[in-house]
Amino acid sequence: MKQSTMVWIILTVIAGAYLTTRVVQYHAGAVYVAPKVMTDEESGRSVTTWSQVPDLEKDSPGVEFSFVRTLGIWVSAFFTLAVFSFLVGDNVIYKIAESIFVGASAAYAMVVGFWAAFMGIFVGRLAPQFSRNTFMPSLEPDVSPNWLMLLPLAMGIMFLWRLMPAGGWISRWPLAFFIAVFAGLRLVSHFEADFVVQIRSTLLPLIVFAADGSFNLKASLWNSTMVFGTLACLTYFFFSVEHTGVAGHISRVGIYLLMITFGVGFALTVMSRYSLLIGRMNFLLKEWLHFGGTV
Amino acid sequence: MKRLVPIVIASIVGFVLILAKFIPPIQSWEENVVLWFDILAVFAFVLGGGNLILNHLKKISDRQAGWGFSVITLVAFLGTLTVGLLKIGVPPNEKYLDYVWSGDYQAEGSAFWWVFSYVYVPLASTMFATLAFYISSAAFRAFRANNIEASLLLMTALLVLVAQTSSGPMLTDFIPDDSSYAIFKVENIKGMLVNLFNTLGTRAIMIGIALGVVSTSLKVLLGVDQSYLGGD
Repeated sequence: MKQSTMVWIILTVIAGAYLTTRVVQYHAGAVYVAPKVMTDEESGRSVTTWSQVPDLEKDSPGVEFSFVRTLGIWVSAFFTLAVFSFLVGDNVIYKIAESIFVGASAAYAMVVGFWAAFMGIFVGRLAPQFSRNTFMPSLEPDVSPNWLMLLPLAMGIMFLWRLMPAGGWISRWPLAFFIAVFAGLRLVSHFEADFVVQIRSTLLPLIVFAADGSFNLKASLWNSTMVFGTLACLTYFFFSVEHTGVAGHISRVGIYLLMITFGVGFALTVMSRYSLLIGRMNFLLKEWLHFGGTV
Repeated sequence: MKRLVPIVIASIVGFVLILAKFIPPIQSWEENVVLWFDILAVFAFVLGGGNLILNHLKKISDRQAGWGFSVITLVAFLGTLTVGLLKIGVPPNEKYLDYVWSGDYQAEGSAFWWVFSYVYVPLASTMFATLAFYISSAAFRAFRANNIEASLLLMTALLVLVAQTSSGPMLTDFIPDDSSYAIFKVENIKGMLVNLFNTLGTRAIMIGIALGVVSTSLKVLLGVDQSYLGGD
């Protein structure tokens, strides 16, 4: 047996023994739920739903141990450790987790699209009576069918024609519509939000006076840096003039300011990743292993 | 027919959407078109799902390397899809208990909620969390203060990171809050870097992006850029 295999077997046995101890002593990963009974006064029909409660309330009346959610915590812990195992090296456990992630995330997007857009918008508007009687009872009773919704259906079928062995070019028509809507909407929204609004926000007074009429040096310096700094950065991106002489010096300042921006951006990205890491560690130690008391 | 019609569709739809911003009577067209776009996006998801199934089935039937993982992907995909589309375990809406399909597809306690909470969320957040290690490792190896630009980037990143820690502000605790040197306190320097320098740099980048989006969109709508139509 290879030495590394032996080490992994020993580590797995130790981890297993430790987990067993945590389960027996501290009920690691255990989730408790409380029932909520909903009753329809007219029909008398009642439905019970379950919500998670803090472990401290596990002895309260009606609170039960939930096997399904406890299993969920253990599955989450397994996937968390499986992904972290990639830090040691590529391995089968990581690849299994990766494959499940690909499949589950693709299906998740499809399910959200199906219920939110296809059933919620398409079926809800094309067949309001059916929608009201089945999955959307809150729909207004006087809504009439919107036959225009047949157009996106036709385009959708043309879109799926791509999967057919012949005539795949027909999918270009809905694709052109798709691209055009995206381009048309983005053209205006980006121009408005990222161009007009940003320029408007940069048009600041260079000399600022306080409410009592005195000169406000701090605000004046702040605004001046904002205005001239933005102009310097824009000069760096302006390639219609050669970056020599005055333009060269200004674009040089622009590069320095952009480097500061990238430094801040890098730090903020690092922090967001670390906060995610802390979140996962918090899950493993608190929610799963019940360290630091119960959750 | 194969190229002209799509270009005409793109031009008409795109320019109508732009005009809708300026002509109030046709603003409702935009709302309709956006709804159609959302519906069409569902078909695009179906197309994507179909491709995923076909690719992995091919991998399995050809017994390519790692075909076992394709089986796992397909099982995860079809399993999640089934429980989500059939609303398995979804209780009816509180107000409409007689309508069994009225519940939210992501309702707490449902099978789809279980997959989302205990499979999708931990996998997605841990995937991104592992980047903390790689980003640190890459920074350690790549960051070299060998010129002014690199030094500025390095110092800024370090200052913001140090200021974010609980002990960071203690470094300049000796400077009174009300003194004229308070601007040199670590937390104030960080505030200036984030709110002033980061804002002005990001602003310039955003203006550049907006101009890029506008020119790219116009190229598509005018038929200059036809790359989305493919080769033949």
